[in-house]
Amino acid sequence: MIKILVAVKRVLDFNLRVRLKPDGSGVDLANAKMSMNPFDEIAVEEAIRLKEKGVAGECVAVSIGPLANQETLRTALALGMDRGILITTDEEWEPLNVAKILKKTVEKESPQLVILGKQSIDGDHNQTGQMLAEILNWPQATCVSELKWQEEECLLTREIDTGLEVLAVKPPFIMTVDLRLNQPRYATLPNIMRAKQKPLSIEPLLNLNNSLTPRIKRLKVEPPPPRNSVKMLKTVEELVRHLKQEAKVI
Amino acid sequence: MRTLVLASHDNHKILPASLSAMTAALNFSKTFDVWVMGQFRQGVIETLQHAPCVSQVFAWETADVVSPSQLAHAIRDFRVSYDVFMAPADYFGKDFMPRIAASLDVTQISDITKIISHDTFVRPIYAGNAFLTVQALDRVKVLTIRPSAFPPLVLEKGERKTQLQKITPSLQPDRVRFVERKLDTSERPELTSAKIVVSGGRGLKSKANFALIGELASKLNAAIGASRAAVDEGFIPNDCQVGQTGKVVAPQLYIAVGISGAIQHLAGMKDSKVIVAINQDPNAPIFQVADYGMVGDLFEIVPALCKALPNKT
Ligand SMILES: Cc1cc2nc3c(=O)[nH]c(=O)nc-3n(C[C@H](O)[C@H](O)[C@H](O)COP(=O)(O)OP(=O)(O)OC[C@H]3O[C@@H](n4cnc5c(N)ncnc54)[C@H](O)[C@@H]3O)c2cc1C
Ligand SMILES: Nc1ncnc2c1ncn2[C@@H]1O[C@H](COP(=O)(O)O)[C@@H](O)[C@H]1O
Repeated sequence: MIKILVAVKRVLDFNLRVRLKPDGSGVDLANAKMSMNPFDEIAVEEAIRLKEKGVAGECVAVSIGPLANQETLRTALALGMDRGILITTDEEWEPLNVAKILKKTVEKESPQLVILGKQSIDGDHNQTGQMLAEILNWPQATCVSELKWQEEECLLTREIDTGLEVLAVKPPFIMTVDLRLNQPRYATLPNIMRAKQKPLSIEPLLNLNNSLTPRIKRLKVEPPPPRNSVKMLKTVEELVRHLKQEAKVI
Repeated sequence: MRTLVLASHDNHKILPASLSAMTAALNFSKTFDVWVMGQFRQGVIETLQHAPCVSQVFAWETADVVSPSQLAHAIRDFRVSYDVFMAPADYFGKDFMPRIAASLDVTQISDITKIISHDTFVRPIYAGNAFLTVQALDRVKVLTIRPSAFPPLVLEKGERKTQLQKITPSLQPDRVRFVERKLDTSERPELTSAKIVVSGGRGLKSKANFALIGELASKLNAAIGASRAAVDEGFIPNDCQVGQTGKVVAPQLYIAVGISGAIQHLAGMKDSKVIVAINQDPNAPIFQVADYGMVGDLFEIVPALCKALPNKT
């Protein structure tokens, strides 16, 4: 049986409206509901399914961030992960550094499969999995929408711009997941209770790595440009006329 | 600044998204180098060779499908050193560029919509609900640009013809093997570069009904888009998804039919020049970004609209 490591990030809940701080310094997260990055929920779900199929043994979730990320890890445990690792830092690291931190965890835990979300819905970088694969010198399969696990070589279907692509990969490898890989389950109350007993280790970032340097400087965060307000039309003839004469797009 | 654009092609021509990356590259220097790989017709290289803004073309002809790790190795071993590596944030850029960045031990700035200076860029975050201005501190810049934010470069044909540099990097062994591509072969205009996009959502209710979107699109010579819900329901293939995690489009005209307008969908289309929304729910958030709206049953409105539109010439 294989061991799986899943990286989970805590982000502003995807249903919430984004509020910006008036001084342009960033997004206002004070008192906002935070959740597991939706893609990471899919990553967790896939790990648990592999466990239920008897492919995977231990499934470990790792998160990098402030102490509040314990909550995100508890969610992962309630969903079925066996153990959680929180690497604490108050810094908001960019993907290269997140990948470097995760590399240390991979080296310590020696999983055969590392699953990440294809992108975090706050930073929208879509980088961390690929970078982790590079610095580990592992193969990668990004945007995976179907996985067939086989000892020797796994078959992975990826979503690409022009359709689908199938890759065969020998473990260990990095996989980043897309929306259609699976439908994540909800945590049941008994499992939420049980998760409280599962091991969750908290490690300060310094013990793991002290070679991290900031690679970017965030200068300001602004709202998107406003759009004109909508003109409501009653008939398709009116619509066609507006598109022709006013907007001149047809 | 020495700039290398990693360009994608479809064997016949350079893809529009890569031409957008070339436009972005001109912010760094008057000329740039281009890297192309795979199997391509001579024409792909020739247009590049004649373009005055291209100083060198590196062509890696190979029948093998090069993996991201193999490309990262090849770039790192390449004897030329660059200040800027540039590609569009399409599936090539998303898959390959972070690997190149990590192999050079530099950060990547993804999905740039504006280049302010050689090290300062604007990019959308939170599904386009905010725009971050960010300064990259690494000397070498690895950048992906949002194609819809930069017009595709028109490659002019100059007098001079640049030297073609054929390269044959050795393929590092990799534990990943390409099996196949299942391409969606549609005759319609390509989604990300189409002038008009007609998109359908869950409101269409079935795959059979989704044909209505096809009819309207044909009338307008438009590309077909979809919400995630429509793709998840199997109305239409995944490569039609527009949004935060699908494609980002900014056509002259975007018609959203039976789409509620979740922020994740808006992220992929709200920079369209003109947006039309057709929805039975007057409170659907799509109307907040639309220029023209019609409230009503799409099964009445869309056929009527098809009729009211002039026939294609
Ligand atoms: C991490 C994440 C990423 C996502 N990425 C994307 C993405 O890239 N793209 C994307 O689109 N979504 C994305 N989503 C999903 C998004 O949140 C919405 O669920 C999705 O966009 C809804 O699709 P819809 O508007 O077609 O369906 P619904 O929200 O169900 O809306 C259907 C609409 O059709 C209207 N309607 C129904 N019947 C009729 C009729 N007869 N006539 C007229 N109108 C009618 C209804 O009023 C309704 O407004 C993502 C979600 C998450 C969590
Ligand atoms: N702070 C973090 N802690 C744990 N995992 C992370 C963190 N940041 C990013 N990841 C992982 O990397 C994926 C891609 O993120 P990104 O490259 O930022 O878009 C996420 O879906 C997570 O799986």
